[in-house]
Amino acid sequence: MQKFVKFSGLAAVLDVANVDTDQIIPKQFLKLVSREGFGQYAFYNWRFKADGSLDRDFVLNQPRYQGAEVLVSRENFGCGSSREHAPWALLDFGFRVVIAPSFADIFKNNSAKNGILLIELESQMVDEWIKRVAGGEGYRITVDLAGQVLTGSDGFACVFGIDPFKKRCLLEGLDDIGLTLQHEAAIAAYEQTHNQPWQAAVAGASGSK
Amino acid sequence: MPSLFDKIWSAHVVRSESGQPELLYADRHLVHEVTSPQAFEGLRLAGRKVRRPDLTYAVVDHVVPTKGRHLPWDDAVAVTQHQALKRNCAQFGVLLLDIDDPRQGVIHVAMPELGLILPGQTVFCGDSHTATHGAFGALAFGIGTSEVEHILATQTLPQAKPASLAVRTTGRLGAGAGAKDLILYIIGRLGVAGGTGHAIEYQGQAFGELSMEGRMTVSNMSVECGAKAGLIAPDETTFAWLKGRAFAPQGADFERAVAYWRTLPSDPDARFDRTVEIEVEGLGPQVTWGVNPGQVVAIDGRVPAPEDFRDPTERSAASRALTYMDLQPGMPIEEIKVDVVFIGSCTNGRLEDLRAAAAVAKGRQVAPNVTALVVPGSGQVKAQAEAEGLDQIFTAAGFEWREPGCSMCLAMNPDVLQPGQRCASTSNRNFEDRQGRGGRTHLCSPATAAASAIQGRLADVRKLG
Ligand code: SF4
Repeated sequence: MQKFVKFSGLAAVLDVANVDTDQIIPKQFLKLVSREGFGQYAFYNWRFKADGSLDRDFVLNQPRYQGAEVLVSRENFGCGSSREHAPWALLDFGFRVVIAPSFADIFKNNSAKNGILLIELESQMVDEWIKRVAGGEGYRITVDLAGQVLTGSDGFACVFGIDPFKKRCLLEGLDDIGLTLQHEAAIAAYEQTHNQPWQAAVAGASGSK
Repeated sequence: MPSLFDKIWSAHVVRSESGQPELLYADRHLVHEVTSPQAFEGLRLAGRKVRRPDLTYAVVDHVVPTKGRHLPWDDAVAVTQHQALKRNCAQFGVLLLDIDDPRQGVIHVAMPELGLILPGQTVFCGDSHTATHGAFGALAFGIGTSEVEHILATQTLPQAKPASLAVRTTGRLGAGAGAKDLILYIIGRLGVAGGTGHAIEYQGQAFGELSMEGRMTVSNMSVECGAKAGLIAPDETTFAWLKGRAFAPQGADFERAVAYWRTLPSDPDARFDRTVEIEVEGLGPQVTWGVNPGQVVAIDGRVPAPEDFRDPTERSAASRALTYMDLQPGMPIEEIKVDVVFIGSCTNGRLEDLRAAAAVAKGRQVAPNVTALVVPGSGQVKAQAEAEGLDQIFTAAGFEWREPGCSMCLAMNPDVLQPGQRCASTSNRNFEDRQGRGGRTHLCSPATAAASAIQGRLADVRKLG
């Protein structure tokens, strides 16, 4: 996983609540079997009209937001399907950071695994950022993950909270599976003590396939 | 005083270290073609194996055509995904219920049918509707592809323990209402993000009286209010349903298993982080009017106005939804015309669902200009339904009888709504464009869907006479 170092990028606003993963990456693009190349399909049904032409009214198509890397949005961002294609699409489209009042659970985990930083802020604080980002063209936000501070290009700043373990994983770009495999002995021991056919854990393992 | 959820959680902690998520053991890992190719590829790149292929079970369901499924498929990309799953399962030694396997079906229908999902287990799958399996008193939740890879490689997953939420109902459902109406009503009450960060336990007479099929319908939709999981305590209904199924413990092992399962229900003084009480006495049929599953109204109600919502976020979501759905506030729900009716999915594609729809369809005719599809949830459901003659009832009434698969639930196969078409659907998501670009979805029960097909508009099954 890519390490998350101090980062500064152009910010964009998507002022919609409950942005679901079906919108972030519509299902017709889920059939790829690699992790790359999803960015061109991000928000596809909003960015493009049914005839395939660019919808200039959609906010992320505005010239001022081209190249944006920080997205500010509303409640319950990333709800719906568990598709990890959603963070893959956001990342490939250019977003490294999403700021919102709340995120859906599975989307949170998926984003963490891909080095996307999700920042949860109080609704009023999100309102404030939306006002500032929308208010001035070229507005940038700097993210100091180690210090947990967001700073706008007009000097406005706030602190944010983050789970310490997630923070460490992002900062160090840790390989989760590698970490777990260090505990192979504990996993094997667990399997040893939970292998009764009538126990819940591992029960039915003896069932014929 | 642990709850059902606490008991399962603590029985599965392989390792815990303060400041880190606990490492949970996965008793069952279910795999399908859409969310797994990148995970298997990751294993290959890292030179890793599947640690427990014997606890890993795969099925092809999302991209399967429901007509002409054995012909070479038209969709080349669907073929690629199907081939990738076949290759991965063969290479890593995972059982695959392939397209020609009579047990094939939608993953959350086909796997429980085999007796694979047992009370007290942890069940993971790269699919948000994994919550379905909470119906057995198992802890089941959806994960992403990186997590799929993690479980494939280690049979464990680091997880922070969600908070617990007891949803307690009082009262009994009214006429014409079933499991789907119950869960739609609950989601309407909790809100589309009301369960975020929580594992729900459903408690109350209304759940106890449901069949296993109905309980799966309820648990399935837990994720639609944002919850990680939705559990129902195992009881005699659960045990009777599991007995004799191919992958369930057999004989004396089954009796020992039941003895253990009886210890699982929440202690009477179990503590929950949150409790929500909901009165459901006399509840009637429910449908969604908007673009998220929390935008719910009674079938005999009216389309709400944005001003009806106090919360500013809900208000703006409502006005956006009305525009997308092309509905006017105040319009009676029963006057909303439908073009398509879809009966199926992992929410309502089980035998009991088809029986309920057939009971309504019997001796009646689908309205002109309505296309109505019935898609059984699995090969076994299809065979049983045909043995009971349900397919005959449906086709005589003008419904199309299809092969099992996800179908129009997410329209990754050729079953897609055209722009502007309106659908009464027994699936679980009414998001914008979910069933086809510009398509408009009203979620409802199988009985309501069948009644709507007959009337050509969203219909109250109680008034069919
Ligand atoms: S039926 Fe629908 S919700 Fe269920 S697994 Fe298939 S696509 Fe997902």
